[in-house]
Amino acid sequence: MSAITISDTESPPAEENYLSAGHTVRSWLLTTDHKRIGILYLLSILIFFAVAAVAAGLMRMELLRPHGWFILNETYNKLFTLHGVLMVWFFLIPSIPAVLGNFVIPMMIGARDVAFPKLNLLSWYLFMVGGACVLYSIIVGGVDTGWTFYTPFSSTYSNTHVILMAAGIFIAGFGSILTGLNFIVTIHTMRMPGMTWFRMPLFLWSLYSTSLILILATPVLAITLALMALERIWHIGIFDPKLGGDPILFQHLFWFYSHPAVYIMILPGMGVVSEVISCFSRKEIFGYHWVAFASVAIAVLGFLVWGHHMFVSSQSIYAGMIFSVLSFMVSIPSAIKVFNWTATLYRGSISLQTPMLYALAFIGLFTIGGLTGLFLAALAVDVHLTDTYFVVAHFHYIMVGGMVTGFMAGLHFWWPKMTGRLYPEKPAQLAALIIFIGFNLTFFPQFIMGYLGMPRRYHNYAPEFQIYHILSTAGASILGVGYLMPVIYLIWSLRYGKIAGPNPWRACGLEWETSSPPPVHNFDQPPALPVKPYDYDTEADYG
Amino acid sequence: MAEVQPSLREQFDSPAQQREASRLGIWAFLATEVMFFGGLFVGYIVYRHSFPHAFAAASRHTNLLYGTLNTAILLTSSLTMALAVHAGEHGARKQIVKNLLLTILLAAAFLVVKGFEYSEDIHEHLVPGPSFFAGGDPRQELFFYFYWAMTGLHALHVIIGIGILSTIASLAARGRYNAAYYTPLEVAGLYWHFVDIVWIYLFPLLYLIGRHL
Amino acid sequence: MNASATSQKSLWKVWAALLTLLALTWLAARFNLGLWNTVIALVISGMKMTLVILFFMQVRYSSRLIWIFACAGFIWWMIFVSLAMTDYLTRREVVPYQRQSPNTPAQGAPARRE
Repeated sequence: MSAITISDTESPPAEENYLSAGHTVRSWLLTTDHKRIGILYLLSILIFFAVAAVAAGLMRMELLRPHGWFILNETYNKLFTLHGVLMVWFFLIPSIPAVLGNFVIPMMIGARDVAFPKLNLLSWYLFMVGGACVLYSIIVGGVDTGWTFYTPFSSTYSNTHVILMAAGIFIAGFGSILTGLNFIVTIHTMRMPGMTWFRMPLFLWSLYSTSLILILATPVLAITLALMALERIWHIGIFDPKLGGDPILFQHLFWFYSHPAVYIMILPGMGVVSEVISCFSRKEIFGYHWVAFASVAIAVLGFLVWGHHMFVSSQSIYAGMIFSVLSFMVSIPSAIKVFNWTATLYRGSISLQTPMLYALAFIGLFTIGGLTGLFLAALAVDVHLTDTYFVVAHFHYIMVGGMVTGFMAGLHFWWPKMTGRLYPEKPAQLAALIIFIGFNLTFFPQFIMGYLGMPRRYHNYAPEFQIYHILSTAGASILGVGYLMPVIYLIWSLRYGKIAGPNPWRACGLEWETSSPPPVHNFDQPPALPVKPYDYDTEADYG
Repeated sequence: MAEVQPSLREQFDSPAQQREASRLGIWAFLATEVMFFGGLFVGYIVYRHSFPHAFAAASRHTNLLYGTLNTAILLTSSLTMALAVHAGEHGARKQIVKNLLLTILLAAAFLVVKGFEYSEDIHEHLVPGPSFFAGGDPRQELFFYFYWAMTGLHALHVIIGIGILSTIASLAARGRYNAAYYTPLEVAGLYWHFVDIVWIYLFPLLYLIGRHL
Repeated sequence: MNASATSQKSLWKVWAALLTLLALTWLAARFNLGLWNTVIALVISGMKMTLVILFFMQVRYSSRLIWIFACAGFIWWMIFVSLAMTDYLTRREVVPYQRQSPNTPAQGAPARRE
């Protein structure tokens, strides 16, 4: 029952929706509407992404030549630190959960808002205060420890603004804990009557699993950063070998959070892919239960593998073996998902709109990233590959090729719902293609040079690697153009994009049963519970 | 039954849903607190495993009387808190307020005892740093690092708890809670019991190792 | 769940049990029982925690979901400790730190931990 009116570019009918309900700055900064909070997050993460991307650009420029040519050693260390810190904590972790999750979750379950709307707003403020703290630490001189803050360098020897940056991450961490808490309670208690767990869209399973990790892992990061900061101030010796401490203890504490953190980053992307693949194949997800359980399995198993970051740290070899086996096991649920998505595509009626292009790219690039993770999980191979560009390529394939691509898929998929406008399809598809090409050109050479021995975090390197760095930097320039395009055309679409009706994709899901943009309380009348979550087989082709 | 529910927030469909959400929310929050303190406990375990004798020797310098007294105080405060929630279930306003005030009193007593204890500890040079009593033994310093960090973080939670309980007590005194709605009381109670549980573990781990020597 | 799950009398009984356990743990600490000191202390703490959780926090009369939430934090912490200790328990012995200072008489470096 959704007549698609895609002929207008003038303002949509003047219905009250969440965007038009209040135009003052105050109505935005004091909002408790989950949709507005999602938009606030969208704007803020883009700022952090831009700063971190500039840092990446500078690093890639610097790496064109084997010997430092316009960046000092100390500055280079500060650049990769700020790139890592901003990208991990201020872009990747909040991206899908805080932007798309906040926007979509209540609608997907037929609710008016999340369980704790004021906590939701508090989360954003904690995020912003933390981010301001980190940006300030960068402005006053930066930090050179790497985003991993390894001791005893960070706790004893570094002369940079470690505590300031750690404080920013600490504060933002609490924001993400509250977001996770909010999502868990919302999904448990606010599903509409009749929507059992197995009638939920898989996006919700992914975000639920993500939220489990958020609440159980992030507090450990908080206490770890606090201990590092205290050590820096008082030099008691908790991480200092000269005083009887064990620097590896820091790594255990840090990676206990930071490995599950990477699943915080990828699981939501997987959730988006499940939604997009089924919609643009006009087919229900193959093996719904398997995908749902795989999401939870990834979250749980992800807590058991952190030692694979510490194989060569002087951690006990026996612990290393245990972590290696567990790391192989954690790949299984991810692989299950890839098989299920592929099986969904099989004999589907596929249309290659932009969200689908990104989702397909996700599957391929995430698979490459995931498989290379297995190389690193093998103890002996890791001895050769650790701290090389192989690792850098591995996690960029997962984070950028996987997560950011998933974010782009979700952003384009739900853009019409969020704004009431369609983005221009042809430029968007072109941008997706440019991003794909640029991404692979940037990061594939890094696998090769890493294998050949190029260490990470170095800007002075042996000349034999230069050709790979040149290819990589060329790719990065293309990638930059590719990421700039959506910024332009999405903003353009806000004013000139075609009016999207409630359901331009003819997608299944309760969020598509309401107008675009949605009213303040999401539904004008209570939505009808669908028979099954991905009811694509029985849907008529037109309207 | 057109009962006025001024406390029902607009995102919830029913008071029962709101109550369930609040309970799940506080339990989820307590899980995060377990992991937060848990990091300190892991560090403690690692170093106690590495330096068992130094930890035992250092632990003997803690004040067992104050520690035991404080444990008894906190356990009793948990009782009064549970009695307050029980009163809430029955809508007995005076009992709610009385028991909350008792809890707050006991919590304050805990902090007073802690104050005496800390000042004594400082006097005896149990603070890690240049004036530490066992200057040449960084392993004993590590014990006291954990002592101050863990009891300090715990004390911070007690202070926050007093703030929360005072707010709840003043709302209760104004008749905000009755048998149909006493969720904030319940939530505050769960937080308080958690604070008690942390101390239940801190006490033997910090005060009771090496007492037999 | 509005039902009066635990009577006032039960709450007082739990309190009495908790104080008894406190006395027990204090007492046990005075004797040298080797490794059992730690075990007893932790078991008694566990019992106290269980009493508080089941009765004061009303988990005994709560839904299974609350049970799961209540256990989750502790289980996750157990995962952390167990896997971290696989490292510390299996490292080879190293010569421990010995800093020469006026307070510590010079000792030969012992081959075993402490």
